[in-house]
Amino acid sequence: MTDATLHGPLSARSEILARIRSANREVFGADRDLTPDESWRTIPRAYRHNSPLTDAGRIQLITERLIEYGAGVYPCRSAQVADNVAEILRSRRKQNILVSSDVDPNWLPHEGPTYVYDHALSYSEIEACDGVLTGCTVAIATTGTLALCHTSAGSRRALSLLPDYHLCVVDAATIVETVPEGFHALEPHRLQPITLISGPSATADIEMTRIQGVHGPRVLDCVIVV
Amino acid sequence: MSTLPAHDLKDRRSPDFPSAALPLLQDVQLRSNVRHATGVIQGKRARVVGEMPDWQALRDAGQRIRAHTLEYLDFYLEQFEQRCSAAGGHVHWARDGAEANRIVLALAQNSTRRVIEIKSMTTEETGLNRALEAAGISPVETDLAELIVQLGHDKPSHIVVPALHKNRQQVRELFARTMNLPDLGERPEDLAEAARLHLRRQFLSTPVAISGANFLIAETGGVCIVESEGNGRMCLTLPRRLISVAGIDKIIPRFQDLEVMLQVLPRSATGERMNPYNSVWTGVHSGDGPEEFHVVLLDNRRTEVLRDAEARETLHCIRCGACQNACPVYRQTGGHAYGSVYAGPIGAILTPQLAMMESGQSLPYASSLCGACYEVCPVKINIPEILIHLRGRVVTGRPNALRAFHPEAVVMRAMQWIFSNSTRFSVAQRAGRIAQRPWIRRSGWIEHLPSVLGGWTRTRDLRPLPPQSFREWFQARNHASTSSPKSSEAPHD
Repeated sequence: MTDATLHGPLSARSEILARIRSANREVFGADRDLTPDESWRTIPRAYRHNSPLTDAGRIQLITERLIEYGAGVYPCRSAQVADNVAEILRSRRKQNILVSSDVDPNWLPHEGPTYVYDHALSYSEIEACDGVLTGCTVAIATTGTLALCHTSAGSRRALSLLPDYHLCVVDAATIVETVPEGFHALEPHRLQPITLISGPSATADIEMTRIQGVHGPRVLDCVIVV
Repeated sequence: MSTLPAHDLKDRRSPDFPSAALPLLQDVQLRSNVRHATGVIQGKRARVVGEMPDWQALRDAGQRIRAHTLEYLDFYLEQFEQRCSAAGGHVHWARDGAEANRIVLALAQNSTRRVIEIKSMTTEETGLNRALEAAGISPVETDLAELIVQLGHDKPSHIVVPALHKNRQQVRELFARTMNLPDLGERPEDLAEAARLHLRRQFLSTPVAISGANFLIAETGGVCIVESEGNGRMCLTLPRRLISVAGIDKIIPRFQDLEVMLQVLPRSATGERMNPYNSVWTGVHSGDGPEEFHVVLLDNRRTEVLRDAEARETLHCIRCGACQNACPVYRQTGGHAYGSVYAGPIGAILTPQLAMMESGQSLPYASSLCGACYEVCPVKINIPEILIHLRGRVVTGRPNALRAFHPEAVVMRAMQWIFSNSTRFSVAQRAGRIAQRPWIRRSGWIEHLPSVLGGWTRTRDLRPLPPQSFREWFQARNHASTSSPKSSEAPHD
């Protein structure tokens, strides 16, 4: 009866809920044995959860998958990340680089690019950057997916969206094999905005031909820190 | 494509499927575009589904998650509302499309003359764009295919790839004309670049965006949108106000359930292991994205579908479009023949139900019941069985007077009378052998039958009744066997 007192007897809310209840009563009878929680736990989940792959196997798999999407992949040791980033940005001719707040300062080369940090930048200022450097919370090898959790304003979603170039640094320790493992790792972040990125933006809307780069970054590079 | 059938979900004037399909079947270009596109997606899907050793287990889980959600739908909707509101979102409820459109209009009207939109079957279903235009607000579709449809004043023909009926030359011609780009190339890259430039300013300057939703997560109050181009991310990140319109069937119980949905949906929809972008957000996030977020929960007769124990699994649908690509009927006609927002096998079961069986009655018959749609469905909707069930509802739904004298009913009653008695049956066979003579062609087939029977031969040829029936042969054989046991030859039929 709270429906009626809160929203009035003829509110759309109470009417829709009443229709659902009456339909489900017709189909299942008045009483159901299980609570929603108990019933949810009976859902069979016989699909693969855990991965048999070794660390090296996961890195190899995600590398193959990302390359298939048209992304560039550069594995390296942690001491060489800055050198690698410098080299990649030089060869891509990217100068003004937006730096997301989840980026480890040790990854940044001392010479070369100009770094832009997001202190309430306008969208035009973000768009004017040549590219963006971000980290990655979880990576899923089977699907070549980089999951970005936007934990603070300094790593907001627009940063990895408006510039035409995205360089993502992935710690190999965050790479899992399967999608269920990935969502398990994302569970603590489930209330934050999450963006799953699998390759550069793309479309197949014209004759089902996959082409890279529509509205999101047209080029995606990925440094994997082994 | 010259003329298109009316597409209102409930428009009773829209022609029935066979009439609408006829001109489309004569459009060679359209058929070749549809055949090419559906063939490509099917091939890609088969490859990425084939590499999954646990595909059937994922389908089972997907089916059970959807069935479970519908069984506790009231609980999950209330939970979603509570959690989304707690995270700073506003939840609205709409009994039908008109009410949903009124809510969206009220939210958009005072702040903007223009809104940007992410492709949504749900707002297509409510006819939101027409309502916005009538109120003086221009909706800008941002999905490449929807942009093609909008600029061409066309209608979507596929759930996932709405402009699949257009080829690159047709799109180039359209963009060159409407965007004033006479030198535009016809490579898909050129066309995507044109769309990128055309829409970039709109993304940055439009204060209100409207989206659908792929999944509403009850546990967190979050929303998930699945896309490829980045237009979705633009719409749900950049504007100040975001309005998502979602059917009440879009709920999933928990965040964890995405681990199933985001495996089966991309592989089924576009044949990719994962689509380029999936976004999940919950209410409003300070310093990131829109300052204001609204969800409109739409019923629009979904609760009526829920009432039919044998057809309610129609609402399991996650809009992947795999059934359309697999359907031998859709692959011939394309989506427009269905005269409905939802085309193909899923449209054939969803449309008449959402229209309370008052229109779209021809759609459950627009199928050969081959079962290809069921086989590819990632949440195992038994579409062929629901088609048969709905055919039954179409027949029993006819007014009593019409039901008794409907030609099909009269013929069926006559057949029943004849078939229930062996004398009547053999008399009818003998009479039929004489009556069929004028209709047998030189080819040995009956190609045209008169009056109501002509419906059968309009699309198929018939074998004539054989000169001897099985019973006649059997009796003749018994007589003959007393003299010579091997003299009879079995009739060919």
